[in-house]
Amino acid sequence: MAIKNYEPNMVLATTEYEVVGTRPVRHDGTDKVTGRAQYGADFTSTGLIFGAVLRSPHAHARIRSIDVSKAEAQPGVLAAVTAKDFPRSDASPDEYVQLGELNTRLGYLRDNILASDKTLYKGQPVAAVAAANAHVAHEALALIEVDYEVLPSVLTAPDGMKDDAPILHDHLKTEELGELTDRVSNVAQHFQHVLGNLEEGLAEADVVIEREFDTATVHQGYIEPHNATAFWNKDGKVTIWCSTQGPFEVRDASAASLNLDIADIKLVPMEIGGGFGGKFEPYGAPVAAMLSKKTGHTVKIIMSRAEDLQGTGPTPGSNLRIKMGATRDGKITAAQAHLAFEAGAFPGSPVGAAAMTVFAAYDVPNVVIDGYDVVVNKPKSGAYRAPGATQAAFGVETVIDEIAEKLGHDPIELRLMNAAKEGTRRADGPINPKIGCVEVLEAMRDHPHYNAPLEGPNRGRGVAVGFWINGAGASACTIMVNPDGSLTLSEGSADIGGTRTSVAMQAAEVLGIPVEKINPQVVDTDSVGYTSGTGGSSVTFKAGWTAYEAANDIKRQMIDRASKIWEVEPDTLDLQAGEITSKVDSELRMSFAELAGQLNDTGGPVVGSCSLTPPAIGGAYAGSIVDVEVDPETGKVTVLRFTCVQDAGKAIHPSYVEGQMQGGSVQGIGWGLNEEYFMNEAGGMMNSSLLDYRMPVSLDVPMIDTVIVEVPSATHPYGARGVGEVNIVTPPAAIANGIYRAVNIRMEKLPMNPGAVVEAVWKNGG
Amino acid sequence: MPAKTYVQTTINGEHVDFLCEPRQSLLECLRDVIGLTGSKEGCNDGNCGACTVVLDGRIVTSCLVLGVEVEGREITTIEGVACGSTLHPVQTAFLENAALQCGICTPGFIVASKVLLEQNPDPTEHEIRFWLANNLCRCTGYDKIVRAVQDAAVKMREAEV
Repeated sequence: MAIKNYEPNMVLATTEYEVVGTRPVRHDGTDKVTGRAQYGADFTSTGLIFGAVLRSPHAHARIRSIDVSKAEAQPGVLAAVTAKDFPRSDASPDEYVQLGELNTRLGYLRDNILASDKTLYKGQPVAAVAAANAHVAHEALALIEVDYEVLPSVLTAPDGMKDDAPILHDHLKTEELGELTDRVSNVAQHFQHVLGNLEEGLAEADVVIEREFDTATVHQGYIEPHNATAFWNKDGKVTIWCSTQGPFEVRDASAASLNLDIADIKLVPMEIGGGFGGKFEPYGAPVAAMLSKKTGHTVKIIMSRAEDLQGTGPTPGSNLRIKMGATRDGKITAAQAHLAFEAGAFPGSPVGAAAMTVFAAYDVPNVVIDGYDVVVNKPKSGAYRAPGATQAAFGVETVIDEIAEKLGHDPIELRLMNAAKEGTRRADGPINPKIGCVEVLEAMRDHPHYNAPLEGPNRGRGVAVGFWINGAGASACTIMVNPDGSLTLSEGSADIGGTRTSVAMQAAEVLGIPVEKINPQVVDTDSVGYTSGTGGSSVTFKAGWTAYEAANDIKRQMIDRASKIWEVEPDTLDLQAGEITSKVDSELRMSFAELAGQLNDTGGPVVGSCSLTPPAIGGAYAGSIVDVEVDPETGKVTVLRFTCVQDAGKAIHPSYVEGQMQGGSVQGIGWGLNEEYFMNEAGGMMNSSLLDYRMPVSLDVPMIDTVIVEVPSATHPYGARGVGEVNIVTPPAAIANGIYRAVNIRMEKLPMNPGAVVEAVWKNGG
Repeated sequence: MPAKTYVQTTINGEHVDFLCEPRQSLLECLRDVIGLTGSKEGCNDGNCGACTVVLDGRIVTSCLVLGVEVEGREITTIEGVACGSTLHPVQTAFLENAALQCGICTPGFIVASKVLLEQNPDPTEHEIRFWLANNLCRCTGYDKIVRAVQDAAVKMREAEV
């Protein structure tokens, strides 16, 4: 069944529940604490061989020729492939392929799998080999001869936009305000959102602040590198085993790049060791499939950490100019943003989302937002937890803080005065449904952390608030009733943080049974309906909703069956707390399990199902309060105390909501203080290891306090909003504001590492 | 192909022998030769801690130990932490404190935490953070991991009494 008519369900959303809102242990937990859980790299199979990928040593080069013959002749090597081995379909290279939160064109997708005529970033795949032994495969890469014509490279959005910049794509014409122009440039797109009249808004303002910001490229930093194993059977059917956020997206992208029917590919999702938006692209899957076709063996390709950092999709660096004006009494009258984002090698940066989110926490009448999607010689950018919003918030929340300071307002009170509410229009068009921006700010204002004294030299407290859109997407779910009354639930959403349980809880709530009676399974793409990927904070929302509807389907069927057994009208019966009862005859009662045992003899098994694409969630807000201490001599910033406040709508599993808030906060701290792609002038990443690309370790951070605010989503049956992403948006800005309060310097660059802080202190005369 | 070396060792209390190339790391031997895939590869250069095992009582990143080096030594991997069908208190604490999300770093954290609590039954928050600073977790922000280790410490001390 599918939902036909949607009715907002606010009554349910404010109800107390039996299962929803509790904290059961996750179903896959034991496998994950004992080492039994099977991640992508753990897969093995009869006749397994290993692939290795040769990557471009140049950030920008034309490929004159590739000769794989010596590699192929090497003992132990079974096959080599280049882009020439891939079929060229009739489909236009401009055709779009869905890849989770960010989409791409087929031609770009193929060139990012194996480069054809040019390499556009250091680390781009150019060829691959398969061998019986992974070491032999890697050694054979040195025998591949590639003749490159090295070209000048360009690494940042402002440089890429210059008239004399090296051009990455000879055929890329700039889309200017919705119109395709004849101008060939690195600017794939320039768009603009306008609300009200900016000049009038600025004229009304008593104080106007304008600042320019630069943020560095950062990586999702999941601990499990990308992996893919594929088997091309003699009947032309392909099976892929991999860790991915988007089993269906990777299946479809693989079919497109291999020119196969979608039905010819089965993707078996393995457990996934983190994604954060970075595991939607297919990368090795089509290459492994092509090597399998050539060899007849199952081929496994696992990226090294250096390959993963250099060859997958980080979130891009950006250049922002933010200008805002406010009246003396604190009303923000005008806001302007210039957002130039590095797309990486192919168009598709998250600048669109940056523009949606940049002023979304505020009710500003006069706004102009200009967005630029600029290709540069870095890896094609991928999604990363609220893509685009963190960069944007770093700029806006710093400027707001400065306005509050100039006007003598408390920074949270100023934000509250201007906070977005239900009915506020965003500059990019949408009018807010019920949202929790005010409630988040009030919870921050009233939190003991915000009101605690902060003593000592070089210490400061910063705050910031942020918004993320939250996605939904298609989802499908099947629930089977077993003869003992237990249930088996099949879903298509890769489980990265406990969503098997948060989804199953929503079905258990409907049926009035403990969630342990449900066995949730993430199944392969042949075994469940299309389910969009685990991104956009969507799984607990969309897959939970389908599980809710599938459980209601079961409820109806079970009541129907009981009515046939008892020969009464179904509408006289009810199913509650795991028991079927009659509203008119107290003698008629049967447990769910008893009825389940009779199903096969009274008409057949009961299977509930639902597939739907739910309406939009209504975005989510979060805020950070952070205390920092700055060492003005070394520039080191220590995070002393951190509080994350987030609107979850309804926290289905509060522990997992807190976990998202804490994890996103610490990723945001890393982005703010340490992490960056450190590039040399030739476009090489100089820090492609986890020693040098330094993510926070346990010693770098304090406990992360959490406050879950619940302003129920007006659409979801239980009011859930999705909680995965918005928590990363505000930490860098809050830290920057804390640094200002500590040592009186405004940071305009990310990361705010010791070198950058010391430089800013010196510039300030310190 | 380099000649293989015959290695005899003890893994999780059992005698194990295997053949390995001199260049193969202990992690590679555990995963690809012996079939113990609970130890994970996140970086292969000792910086993420996902492959942490116990070697003669000390925690090591098994990607930085060669397979040929474990001749005659004793190894405990994540597969040897539980006792039969009973989880170790650290494993139970990780589950009950929601101290894992994706779970890929979890084996390394559990192995390292188990050894910490054997050596220091009542660690402070700082001592826990210091001990676990070689294990990267990108999902949890470490808060619930620290709480889980504190919780396990309490449970293990109570069990001792």
